[in-house]
Amino acid sequence: MYGFEAMTFNIHGGYLEAIVRGHRAGLLTAADYNNLCQCETLDDIKMHLSATEYGPYLQNEPSPLHTTTIVEKCTLKLVDEYKHMLCQATEPLSTFLEYITYGHMIDNVVLIVTGTLHERDVQELLEKCHPLGMFDSIATLAVAQNMRELYRLVLVDTPLAPYFSECITSEDLDDMNIEIMRNTLYKAYLEDFYKFCQKLGGATAEIMSDLLSFEADRRAVNITINSIGTELTRDDRRKLYSNFGLLYPYGHEELAVCEDIDQVRSAMEKYPPYQSIFSKLSYGESQMLDKAFYEEEVKRLCLAFEQQFHYGVFFAYMRLREQEIRNLMWISECVAQNQKSRVHDSVVFIF
Amino acid sequence: MEKFIDNLSSMDLMRSEKMSLVQLIIPVESAHRAVSYLGELGLLQFRDVKRCGEMSRKLRFFKYQIIKAGLLSPIHPVVEPDVELEELEIQLSEHEHELIEMNSNSEKLRQTYNELLEFKIVLLKAGSFLVSSNNHAVAKERELSENVHSNHNYDEASSLIEQEMRTTDQSGLRFISGIICKSKALKFERMLFRATRGNMLFNQAPAGEEIMDPLSAEKVEKTVFVVFFSGEQARTKILKICEAFGAHCYPVPDDLSKQRQITREVSSRLSELEVTLDAGIRHQNKALTSIGYHLTQWMNMVGREKAVYDTLNMLNFDVTKKCLVGEGWCPIFAKAKIQEALHRATVDSNSQVGIIFHVMDALESPPTYFRTNHFTNAYQEIVDAYGDAHSSGLIKFRDPYPFGVDPSWRGSRSELPFLNSLKMKMSILLGVAQMNLGIILSYFNARFFHNSLDIRYQFVPQMIFLNSLFGYLSLLIIIKWCTGSQADLYHVMIYMFLSPTEDLGDNELFWGQRPLQIVLLVLALVAVPWMLFPKPFILKKLHSERFQGRNYGMLIPSEFDPDAEPGPARERQEEFNFSEVFVHQMIHSIEFVLGAVSNTASYLRLWALSLAHSELSTVFYEKVLLLAWGYDNIVIRLIGLAVFAFATAFILLMMETLSAFLHALRLHWVEFQNKFYHGDGYKFKPFSFALTMDDDD
Repeated sequence: MYGFEAMTFNIHGGYLEAIVRGHRAGLLTAADYNNLCQCETLDDIKMHLSATEYGPYLQNEPSPLHTTTIVEKCTLKLVDEYKHMLCQATEPLSTFLEYITYGHMIDNVVLIVTGTLHERDVQELLEKCHPLGMFDSIATLAVAQNMRELYRLVLVDTPLAPYFSECITSEDLDDMNIEIMRNTLYKAYLEDFYKFCQKLGGATAEIMSDLLSFEADRRAVNITINSIGTELTRDDRRKLYSNFGLLYPYGHEELAVCEDIDQVRSAMEKYPPYQSIFSKLSYGESQMLDKAFYEEEVKRLCLAFEQQFHYGVFFAYMRLREQEIRNLMWISECVAQNQKSRVHDSVVFIF
Repeated sequence: MEKFIDNLSSMDLMRSEKMSLVQLIIPVESAHRAVSYLGELGLLQFRDVKRCGEMSRKLRFFKYQIIKAGLLSPIHPVVEPDVELEELEIQLSEHEHELIEMNSNSEKLRQTYNELLEFKIVLLKAGSFLVSSNNHAVAKERELSENVHSNHNYDEASSLIEQEMRTTDQSGLRFISGIICKSKALKFERMLFRATRGNMLFNQAPAGEEIMDPLSAEKVEKTVFVVFFSGEQARTKILKICEAFGAHCYPVPDDLSKQRQITREVSSRLSELEVTLDAGIRHQNKALTSIGYHLTQWMNMVGREKAVYDTLNMLNFDVTKKCLVGEGWCPIFAKAKIQEALHRATVDSNSQVGIIFHVMDALESPPTYFRTNHFTNAYQEIVDAYGDAHSSGLIKFRDPYPFGVDPSWRGSRSELPFLNSLKMKMSILLGVAQMNLGIILSYFNARFFHNSLDIRYQFVPQMIFLNSLFGYLSLLIIIKWCTGSQADLYHVMIYMFLSPTEDLGDNELFWGQRPLQIVLLVLALVAVPWMLFPKPFILKKLHSERFQGRNYGMLIPSEFDPDAEPGPARERQEEFNFSEVFVHQMIHSIEFVLGAVSNTASYLRLWALSLAHSELSTVFYEKVLLLAWGYDNIVIRLIGLAVFAFATAFILLMMETLSAFLHALRLHWVEFQNKFYHGDGYKFKPFSFALTMDDDD
């Protein structure tokens, strides 16, 4: 379909693209956020949300609400929409949609394994898992003692299996190992997804390569910052970076040797798109970095909707909705804990 | 004549109700009652203040809080009717509490019941495995291995197990028995196999009974399993896997007599539980019926209250915070009723201050409201499907129909050409007549809105343009019919444009046709710039005049004669974008000029429909009925008759009527209504409990 998407795209993808654009139009607006930020109680939030697309999902909740209920119901809406789209999708869109959930799958695996390591109740852990990243035998993860078992028992049946080839060791699981496993998996996943999108070609490849590169670069920066002061060696650190993106390969060389946040900053400032992100932060500060990255991501995701006849809109929509749910969670938390002055700290507006 | 037109221009029957913008100033204490009375009346539409966008979001929030507090706080003890609502609220919460408790109780019972039932099934099924394995160890082994072969085809595995069974038969072999959903059984088995590296034996049997899943209340098919294994480590692993798969494990004693004893115990407890469960369900059903008895009434009531508060939320608080201010539209005929309702509310809520209800000057165009009865409602809905009339726009019309043709034409060689020509000409006559009527209706619209600009620079040139071309064509048609001339009308019309000065020759229908044609052509050509240019420029001039007037402070608002003020300009009081107006006028003119040609052609669909109908009926009559009648066979005749009857009923009557309806509707909507009907109004949506209830349904 290279270069001629416009001619054939609508045969299979037209309906779903219309659906997803309709969903996108249902995202909360600036006015909604303004109203939500003014709320005094969680019930007020519920009342405001009842006028939005979340209404039907929240209307049957009894009055003393909890933040978790709001987030759970909002996520449920996203999951319902996702499932509907997945049911309607044909190849290769269905594979593309499935790729979107692998990230959650990795997070869920890590969550369960870490939880079991700290002897938490499996059922409790399962409730915390993201519903998009669920697979049949996820509860069985608790049985595994080391990565080899993890792979052999459970993950071999999941789509994550190929990503595991790089991190099968017989070492026992500990926090460090799990974190390395998460990042190795993510690296493999992003590279695979990137390759898949390149294979699709056309506008999808163009837009997704931008979005995924940004994701890969963000992960590289986060890995660097989080691994400063740990026993992770430079080579190990570099192995966790994905082999594509704006920073690949020279930026990775520089990031791998960084010893503190200011060095990361000077390495990143050579790249114009990231310079603007870092210029928002004062020196030595890394707290607001997440928010700055999220804001940039949202901007890029919104841009994906400017072009037609590609699959990037599905990815962008899912990400935007997730960001919206994060926003709602933050606002609800602030309201519930009477910290309204901090509402704007972490809310990333989507317009 | 002038008087006649004046009378006609109001055309009360055909116009929507006159609306006036009113303002309500309601004291807080009677607000609730007043609004609910108005809701019962259903004749006032509140202008959604939110939509005005002028009120700041904070004030609304504040207002909402006050109203909410006003309902509950004792500062306003006058809010009597709410007590009813509060009682209802308490009642409802009691009911809810009761129901939740009952549900949780029955759920607990149901769970124990399920567990016992599963235990019983496991005992029965797994027991049989164990009994045979204990008593006839060798036979059991063979059976097991066969089982393994047939079930899994794990050859090596089964042989391993056999060996193991022999060595650990008396000492190390343990087993876990339990029950699992049938859908998960296969994966469960695979997982067990992987986790124990094949050192296990999996036996399963369908449970036979379906067990209710307490969460989804669905019946689920389950499978009883017994896993044989050895070693403590394997045991913990298997138990963990069981937990992960949601399999319930139940201990089954080896001893046969113990097994029987436990089975008996379980069965007796099961029957006890069944009785309790039944009683619980009966109790619950009773409670539910009593609630269901009142449910509609309560829902009605809560819906009304919600509507009242929604409307109250729309009201603005005035500066002193003691009154609520609302603006809305109401049909003029209903004013008295509304005032009466408001008065009733004041009296009923013992408020010292009456509700002030006064009419305001409307700057926006009012909503559209037609009083309909059951008969006219259907027609009105068809028109509304196209768009709501700009308030007071004229609507309602029907196409006329029946004519007759001399039957001697039937079957003659020139039947089709004659009929076609006749029908086409009639279609054009009808079309020109209807379009003229449409334009004339636009005159009444313009008159109604006191819009002389539209009359002078839109109505007049439109009439001239349409009639100088197509009116002339109609005239030619009629003259040709009357005189029986052989003139070729196509030729006349085409050469009227191509070479208007040339001699008409044979095609001359009457004396002086050539000069008349030239005059008409010139008129049509003049009409185009006439409708294009003057209106926007005059609008611009009027606007700049008004703007100058604004500089002097608008001393007398009635300074301008409302008759001289064009309606659209009044709406566009705030800003006037000349290029936009001009482009709009240009589009309008082009649309009219091109439309005059295409709409006339569009009326030919009347001919097409008639042609299709006559051809179809001829075909069915000749090729089916007459053909079948030609045979001397009663069966063929009957079949032919049946086919003919079917075709007549379904194709000629049903489908053709439908298509005629659709085409007539299109002619009505597009070719007729676009001359005068803009469909840019919005519907009158009064605040009414009856409508709110309908919406909920």
